[in-house]
Amino acid sequence: MIYLDNAACTRLDERVLEAMKPYFFDTYAVATSEFGYSMGIDAKEGLENSREGIASKLGANSEEIVFTSGDTESSNMALKGVALALKEKKGKHIIVSKIEDFPVLNTAKTLQKQGFDVTFLDVDAEGFADLEGLKKAITKETALVSIQYANQEIGTAQDLKAISEICEEKDVLLHTDATHSFTRLPLNVKELPVDLVTLSAHTIHGPRGIGALYIRKDTPINKFMDGGFQEFNMRAGVENIPGSVGFATAVELVTEEENRQLEAMRDRVIEKALSEITDVTLNGSHKKRLPQNANLTFHYVEGESITLHMDMRGFAVSTGSACFSRSLEASHVIRGIGGDHERAHGSVRFTFGRYNRMEDADSAIEAMIEIVARLREISPLAKK
Amino acid sequence: MKVEKKGEGIKFPYSEKVLEHFRNPHNVGKIENPDGKGLEGSPACGDMVAVYIKVEPETKVIEDVKFESYGCASNIATGSVITDLAKGKTLDEAKKITWKQASEELGGLPPIKAHCSVLAVEGLRSAIRDYEEKHGLVTEKEPTTEEVIQRRLKHVMNPLTGLDIIRTNLILKTSVEAGVVRVVVDLPADHQFASAIKEDVMDKLGSLWDVERVDVVFTA
Repeated sequence: MIYLDNAACTRLDERVLEAMKPYFFDTYAVATSEFGYSMGIDAKEGLENSREGIASKLGANSEEIVFTSGDTESSNMALKGVALALKEKKGKHIIVSKIEDFPVLNTAKTLQKQGFDVTFLDVDAEGFADLEGLKKAITKETALVSIQYANQEIGTAQDLKAISEICEEKDVLLHTDATHSFTRLPLNVKELPVDLVTLSAHTIHGPRGIGALYIRKDTPINKFMDGGFQEFNMRAGVENIPGSVGFATAVELVTEEENRQLEAMRDRVIEKALSEITDVTLNGSHKKRLPQNANLTFHYVEGESITLHMDMRGFAVSTGSACFSRSLEASHVIRGIGGDHERAHGSVRFTFGRYNRMEDADSAIEAMIEIVARLREISPLAKK
Repeated sequence: MKVEKKGEGIKFPYSEKVLEHFRNPHNVGKIENPDGKGLEGSPACGDMVAVYIKVEPETKVIEDVKFESYGCASNIATGSVITDLAKGKTLDEAKKITWKQASEELGGLPPIKAHCSVLAVEGLRSAIRDYEEKHGLVTEKEPTTEEVIQRRLKHVMNPLTGLDIIRTNLILKTSVEAGVVRVVVDLPADHQFASAIKEDVMDKLGSLWDVERVDVVFTA
C-alpha cells in the first residue's frame, strides 16, 4: 500500500520509537515523584527535555508548552479556556474561520450553544481568511480569534503575520491551529504575536495521543480538566512521558531537505493532474500551501469511487465527498471556498510523508489518470 | 490478555459482490435514441443515475437497458444489478423490481448508503414511466393532488441526512390550488443546501401536466 493520507496520520519513525522505549521499560515513573526517588527525577528530566525541545523549535519558553493528548484537546483547551477566562473581563465573542478543522470549528459551535457569540469568518476562493472582514468583526467584546496556520484539506497557508498584526493592534488574543504546519512551515512566536498554538505529533511521524498547546506567558486561560497539578496545573493527569519524548524526537527529525522533497512530490502531482487530465481544479492556493498537500477536484466523478479504485490499486488517498464521510455532508472546506457540491464530491487529497518517494507521486497520478477516465466513461455528467 | 483478531473481525463495509459490480459494472453507458429515459438524483446530493431502455413495442419486453452513474460504489453496483434484473423482463415485471431485491443480490448494502442505491431503482422506474407517457400507455391523466406531490417529493434527497425530504420531515407543508404548487421547506433560505433542494423540488414537480407554477418557500 502506498500511503498518501499523511494528513490523517503518519507512520511512526523507528527512531522515535527507540527514543520512547526507555520511558516505557526503564524510566517509567511519573514525573511528580521527583522528590521521592531517583527514577522520578530521570522521568522528569525526559519530560522537561522534551518540553524544551518543542519550545525551542517554536521560539517559546519551555514553561509555555503544555502537553496534551493531541490537537483536539489542545484546541478545546485554547478556545474554551480563554473564552471562560475572559467572558466577564472582556466579552463573550470569539472569531474562527469557517474552514477550520473540526477541533476548532466544533468547539466554537459548542461555545455558541453555551451563549457565546461566534463569528465564522469568510475565506476567499483560495482559502485565505478575509482580513478586512476580520478587522470589522473584532469588537471590544472579542475574547479570541482562532485562525489556522494551514488548512487540513486544501493546504492553504494563511498570512499569519498579517492576522497577528490585526489582533495585536486590536488588542485581542490569537490562537492558531498549527497541527499540519508545525515543522513544515516556519513559525516563531518570538517574531509573531500569536498567543496560543495547537501542535500534534501524529502528523510528523511521532506517536498519536500526544500533542501540546503553546500558551504565551500571562495569557488568561482557565483549565478545563480537574485533577492533579501536572503541567503547571493546566492539564491534570499522569504525564505521557514516552509520548512527550516521542513528540520532541519527531520534531527534531524533520529537516528542511525533507520538506523540499515533500514539496517536489506535491508539485509533481499538481502539475501532472492539471496538464494530463482535463477538467481538474486545484483546491487551495498554488503558491502558499503546505509542502505535503495536493488537493484536486476531478470534475464529473465522485470521490468515494475514486478512493475505492485507488485502494484497489494500492493507494490510500482521501476525499471531501459526502459519501466518504459518516456525516454524509460534503467537505465544509471546499464549500467554504465557494465550491459547489459537485466540486466537493470530486475532490481528492494527496498528502505526502517521510516514507514517500517521487515514484509514489508518479504512480499515484498515473493511476488517477486511468481511474478518472474510466469513471467519466460511465458518468452522466461528463462531456464525452 | 493478548489482543488478536477473533472470528471474522471488522468487515469492509461493502460485500465482495458489491465490489465486483463496482469494479466491473454491467450494462454501463448510454443508449442513443432510447425508448425511455430516467434521471434521478443530483450532483448536490452526491449521486446521480441515468437509465436508458429499449423496448420491444409488441411484447413490451425491455430488450436493452443501460445506465450511467455519477456516484459511489453502492450506487454503481446497484445500477449494475438493477439493469441485469430488468433486461428481458416486460415493463410491468420490471416495475416491480425493488431496492430490497437489488440489495439481496448484492449481499447487502450498508444502511447509511441506502439513498445512494435507491436512485438506481428510481432511475429504472422513471425510464419506464417515460416510455409509458411517450407511448400513450398512461391513458388517465392523474390530477395533481397533495398525495401526488408528497409521492414525488420522496424522490428529493435531504443532503443533511442522505434520506428523502419527506421522511426527514424537511417539508412543513404542501398545497396545490389552480395549478400553483406551494412547498414549505424547514430550512433558512441561506442554508448551504437550500438552492440545491429548491432546484430538485422544482424539477420533480414542474413537469406535472396540470402544474403551472411551483413556489418553494423557506422558513427564514
